[in-house]
Amino acid sequence: MSIDTYEFNDLIHRCFRCGYCKFPTNWMDVNNCPPYARFRMEPYSCGGRLWLTRAWLNETLDWSEHLAEILYSCTTCRNCEVKCPLSFNVNIVNMVVAARGEMIERGKVPQSVRKFLENIDLHGNPYGNARSRRDSWMEGTDIDRYEGQEYLYYVGCTGSYDTRAQRAARALGTLLGRAGVSFGVLGSEENCDGNEVHKLGEAGLFEMLAENNVERFSSLGAKKIVTLSPHGYNAVKNLYPRYGGDFQVFHYTRLLLELIQEGRLPVSAGFDARVTYHDPCFLSRWNDEYETPRRLLAAVPSLRLVEMEKNRDAALCCGGGAGNFEIDLLGGSDASPARQRVRHAAETGATVLAVACPKCLVMLEDAVKAEELEGTLAVKDIAEILAEAAGAH
Amino acid sequence: MTAIYQALVDIVDADHVSDRPEELYIYSFDLGTAEPHRPDYVVAPRTTEQVREIVRLANREKVPVVPLGGGLSLAGLAVPLRGGILVDLKRMDSIIEVNEKGRYALLECGVSQGQLTSYLATHHPGLTHSEPGAPPTATIAGNVLIHGQGDLAQPYGFNSDQVNGLEVVLPTGDVCRFGSCAIGASWFTNHPLPDVGLFFGWCGTTGIVTRLSIRLYPARRIRGIGQFVVEDEELVPEIIGKITRTQMAEDVIAYSRAIPPFGLGLQHFTVNIAADTEKELEFKQEIIWDDTLGEYISRGQGGYLGFTRGLDHPQVSKSSDYKKGGGFEYVGSIMPIERYPECYRRGREISERHDIPYTVTGRIVGVGHSMMFAWTYAFNRADPGSMREAREALHETDDLVIELGGVIWKPGTYGQQLIIERLDPGTRALMRRIKEVLDPEGIMNPGNWEGV
Repeated sequence: MSIDTYEFNDLIHRCFRCGYCKFPTNWMDVNNCPPYARFRMEPYSCGGRLWLTRAWLNETLDWSEHLAEILYSCTTCRNCEVKCPLSFNVNIVNMVVAARGEMIERGKVPQSVRKFLENIDLHGNPYGNARSRRDSWMEGTDIDRYEGQEYLYYVGCTGSYDTRAQRAARALGTLLGRAGVSFGVLGSEENCDGNEVHKLGEAGLFEMLAENNVERFSSLGAKKIVTLSPHGYNAVKNLYPRYGGDFQVFHYTRLLLELIQEGRLPVSAGFDARVTYHDPCFLSRWNDEYETPRRLLAAVPSLRLVEMEKNRDAALCCGGGAGNFEIDLLGGSDASPARQRVRHAAETGATVLAVACPKCLVMLEDAVKAEELEGTLAVKDIAEILAEAAGAH
Repeated sequence: MTAIYQALVDIVDADHVSDRPEELYIYSFDLGTAEPHRPDYVVAPRTTEQVREIVRLANREKVPVVPLGGGLSLAGLAVPLRGGILVDLKRMDSIIEVNEKGRYALLECGVSQGQLTSYLATHHPGLTHSEPGAPPTATIAGNVLIHGQGDLAQPYGFNSDQVNGLEVVLPTGDVCRFGSCAIGASWFTNHPLPDVGLFFGWCGTTGIVTRLSIRLYPARRIRGIGQFVVEDEELVPEIIGKITRTQMAEDVIAYSRAIPPFGLGLQHFTVNIAADTEKELEFKQEIIWDDTLGEYISRGQGGYLGFTRGLDHPQVSKSSDYKKGGGFEYVGSIMPIERYPECYRRGREISERHDIPYTVTGRIVGVGHSMMFAWTYAFNRADPGSMREAREALHETDDLVIELGGVIWKPGTYGQQLIIERLDPGTRALMRRIKEVLDPEGIMNPGNWEGV
């Protein structure tokens, strides 16, 4: 193989490894690249990954499981792109994704990545759970199937299968119902959105998922899609148009804010707690949405919002992006990004860590347990907080 | 699995020790043109005690130890020329103490420039440190140990002049402290105990500094950068003399570069001015721009380009992208200011001979006592020919520094040999004896200062 066939062969040597990419925007430490924060060894830095990729493509370095794990440990959080001062910064994550694509083309990926992709291909979700159980989160609710209502509520794999995230999915369904929104879900007919598949470099599988989803959404007449997960939001909003997907896409925080502002969703019961908010990468750095979740929280009576020192585009990723919520190449240590992040939250004195992403929810709640912060810090999705404030929990 | 690998894991932990090809590959490189050399092991310790145990292990096994900070010297100083154990010190990054009244900071050796700048801005906004023009990942300790200079070099000198104390793991594994901390006092001064001076400029061949205390300075409420330009390089030393005489400026830099093209051949000055009030700022600007530099403007020899509030730290890594090639390296020198015109002219000649857009910079150190003059050469990392041209230009520039009566700053092995060849015999013998006493097994960063 040759570097000549690599999509970014004219760019990848331009990384100087100056290390700006390790910092958050406020420069407070070098722990804002999740893999580097976890391992603190240079191969895990953004520059290290790019130099290793180039060495592999140049055949200076042989492929190994370890090399692949280093490459797949990138959560595609885009902190590097925010910080890199050079003109090619917009393509840093693309370079990593393309390198993963090269590995996939050669059938050389870590076992955990192989299993993740295989599960999605076979079962439509990364967990390997039965497709028929995808609607289990709906049990006990009166949420309707989608039959041409105004909104298609796309739940995603994590909200559908993970028992913790299912509570957030139900809370959002309850809120939409409470506000009188015309919506429906696909239930067991829903399939993976493919955002993680795309970021893992499996272009073929992603294309299949995207085409099928676009076809399904379109054939059902869906025009407006509201997502629970920023990952699904990113896929439908930014990737599906390449496959003919022409939908109005909302992350649920935007829709709920409109409903509150229109007086359709009273939250007068309030939420009496000191709350800090964790920006999910696929809502914030990927889609430039920083303020809507904060405005939502600010609209809740009795809720006191405090910021972590690393917030907005300086937020540390939970470590779950690009499939790492399941592949888990960054776990197993008190330096794991999720554990660092809940310590940031605890330092604010907040009793609730609010999230707007089911993957962050699961990652950070597990981290709270690992850090033995249960009883001190609770992790809640904003949908759950609003459900309480609306008296709908 | 080797015994050394297992011993390192026992000292630190498995996550922070490697003998795998991927880690060895990455840590074999300097970011400049130096040839790579692979270490046998990489370890990232967290404590002084772990560093001590690593060094003791290396002594027992007689394997080299190469300390690495930010890895941004661009002179190949942390390339493991003889293999061995590369010690990445960046995990040791605690800011242990900032003493507001004593104006000092006690730091672990892995604290980065960016980290300290951010910490001071947040927690001690009245204090600042002399921040070099390096990327913010450069470590405070690494910069101090190579006699770096920062944006307070004009009033306060080299960053190595601003050290209050050190904790050092010696090549034998003994731990020593220097400065007031050595007698159990706080880390507030490096004087008046006997001067040991064994660690600055030695390129990691005499020990591993694990903690240091540096001086902090008042951060004025208003800081900004004024710019001035002249065409005649012969005027530069005179102008620097006049600006520094006012004692109204913080940082003073003269530079010239080929890109952008309209700047070709012009000599630019950036002059940092700081003040606590508008009145003070106005006064200083009047003294510098009107009273000091006004004569050059009125004679048509120079121009004032304006004043920008705030310190926009240079993003030097952008130099690496001049050729869309991801690489640059520079020769730094400590040079008499009067040599500026020749440094500029001869450096430009070297650049043009090697088809590299020239960039030369002189930062004033002390109140005009010397300058750090640097010649920067960009290269394309994907083009071996471009790297070869840059390497040749760098060596020619090392020779030029010596010819012009300067001292090569943080010399790589080529520059080290140029210095050793000219070193006073008595000094050379003393350095040799110091090295033999401190490092009897010759394990510390071998290949550097070799042959003294």
